[in-house]
Amino acid sequence: MKQLLVFIRKEFYHVFRDRRTLLIMFGLPVAQILLFGYALTSEVKNADIVISDQAQDANTARIISKIKSSSYFIVHEQQLAGPEIDAAFKRGRIKCVLNFPPQFGSDLRHDGKASVQIIADGSDPNTAKTLVNYLTAIMAGYQQELGGGGGAPVGIVPELRMLYNPEGNGSLNFIPGVIALIFMIVCATLTSVSVVREKELGTMEILLVSPFHPIMVLIAKAIPYLVLSLVNFTFILVLSVGFLDIAVKGSLLLLFAESTLFIITCLSVGLLISNIAASQQAAMLISMMGMMLPTLLLTGFMYPLENMPLFLQLISNLVPARWYYLIVKAVMLKGLGFGAVWKETLVLAGMTGALLSLALLKFKTRLE
Amino acid sequence: MEAVVLDGITKTYAGGKVLAVDNVSLTVKPGELFGLIGPDGAGKTSIFRVLTTLLQADKGSATVQGLDVVKDYQRIRQILGYMPGKFSLYQDLTVEENLHFFATLFGTTIEANYGIIREIYEQLKPFKDRRAGKLSGGMKQKLALCCALIHKPEVLFLDEPTTGVDVVSRREFWDMLARLKSMGITILVSTPYMDEASLCERIALIQAGRIMQIDAPEQIVRSYPVRLYAAKADDIYGLLKDMRENPAVESCYAFGEYLHLTMKSETADAIMALEGFARERGHTGITVKEIAPGIEDTFIRLMNQKTQ
Repeated sequence: MKQLLVFIRKEFYHVFRDRRTLLIMFGLPVAQILLFGYALTSEVKNADIVISDQAQDANTARIISKIKSSSYFIVHEQQLAGPEIDAAFKRGRIKCVLNFPPQFGSDLRHDGKASVQIIADGSDPNTAKTLVNYLTAIMAGYQQELGGGGGAPVGIVPELRMLYNPEGNGSLNFIPGVIALIFMIVCATLTSVSVVREKELGTMEILLVSPFHPIMVLIAKAIPYLVLSLVNFTFILVLSVGFLDIAVKGSLLLLFAESTLFIITCLSVGLLISNIAASQQAAMLISMMGMMLPTLLLTGFMYPLENMPLFLQLISNLVPARWYYLIVKAVMLKGLGFGAVWKETLVLAGMTGALLSLALLKFKTRLE
Repeated sequence: MEAVVLDGITKTYAGGKVLAVDNVSLTVKPGELFGLIGPDGAGKTSIFRVLTTLLQADKGSATVQGLDVVKDYQRIRQILGYMPGKFSLYQDLTVEENLHFFATLFGTTIEANYGIIREIYEQLKPFKDRRAGKLSGGMKQKLALCCALIHKPEVLFLDEPTTGVDVVSRREFWDMLARLKSMGITILVSTPYMDEASLCERIALIQAGRIMQIDAPEQIVRSYPVRLYAAKADDIYGLLKDMRENPAVESCYAFGEYLHLTMKSETADAIMALEGFARERGHTGITVKEIAPGIEDTFIRLMNQKTQ
């Protein structure tokens, strides 16, 4: 027991005395959270729009002020002729053009309907669609105001509400994925590298010929990273709540318990890799390529799994991060309890058990 | 009971394609300082790894203090001390932390066995808070030896402990081994340096996985069957080429600033004959003398015999 404690202390020395490890451990989560939270969102904000108002009446003025007051657009009011619009789009200066015809106000007054022209940059279809949706929504809102004022109902107005994420906060969806990604990188990579480093140094030979049980070597290697990962998890939660306005809706205890399970999964993967890899570089490459890519692509947080070919969907079932992602989404964002995630937890626990026993069985009590 | 016994040990790698150790048998007596002498790739490390239970031999059996290296590996691991060839400790831990870690790992404390390492560790003490990575080669070696000794092993295995260490530190290291031997620890040491062979009680000359000779160093030297001559001239390389063309010369190889030669037949005037031959070939500054053979001469002779 004393041996184990001293061994664990030694591992902490390794971590705290190596700047690179510390950077990966604590710098990476900050960078990832900020990147995914702020920079890499799929929302469209501050899109440049040119509004060409040929009507110049009370109606258009009110619509324009509504558009201006939304955070989605930066409005440039100017008259643009066809060729100028084309040139502006080509240079990428503007994303969208809204054109009010001269008779807009009178059409609206006399016929009760009027048309506007919206031109969007279709070379970026996602952004274009989003912008068109924003504009239509603003227009519909105005139409409703008019109808409400006159007392006559104006058609059916769809009322949208985004469940769990009413503000459409894009970073919400990313956070559980980023957490899974960080655990994969920190636990799997750092653990495998730290075991392989002992092999490279020649100290593994001493550890093996010592009376200390070889399996204990693995346990002593895993425990510090388990502790550090839990610290890291707390850190990520604080960052998410503090900077990205994400509230943890479900039980914090459940969230930590599930995360501990997933960390053990990642540690098992790391230990398994350390059995195969002969050098630190190899360990790094295997864990990066073998773990990071599937976690990024097949978890569902970057690319929806439903849109993938069937065989990729089937493969995604084998990616542990996928199940953890579902659990975190349910507990953290939807506030669901264990009853809603027990199936996913069971799958994850099964995977962990299999991986861990494989890692322990594969560990050699001799060289070769 | 012998301290270490190897009986017909054969070890291959890469699924039997590479033969590293070829039917090696030897015994080390209790309290003996035994040397495995051979060049890189001779199979020394493989023998050490079989004895330290790190590798399993393909054929043959081995015991350490009467314990079988395969069956009783866990008990052997309690009583052996091992310093692997590329052992470099934990660079980011201090001298004291390294020692403390290995002491605890082997279930003991620095204080309990301080007597064994005192003389070595006293030299390291001024640097006890220095990281192991910042130590000189000789210091690292001493620390590694301390770490291998801290649990008071019955048998000590040192795989090339002096490789990459300066001459002074090497000398000191062998003095330390002599002291450890006087404490009754059996020591098995390997080295590619032939000059260190004479510091062992008995040595095994090993080449290409085979033992060529086992004996006390003096006996091995005494068993050299022919007279050995050293020759020198101003153009030493030219002399080497010429001497190899001399039909009376059996073998000729460079050895420091001299060439070492043996003759095909023993004649009383060999020195004169060699001098005359060199002069005929136009060499200047010629010296030829008879010398006492060293371990390396024996090694080269045995090696040549084997290849012929």
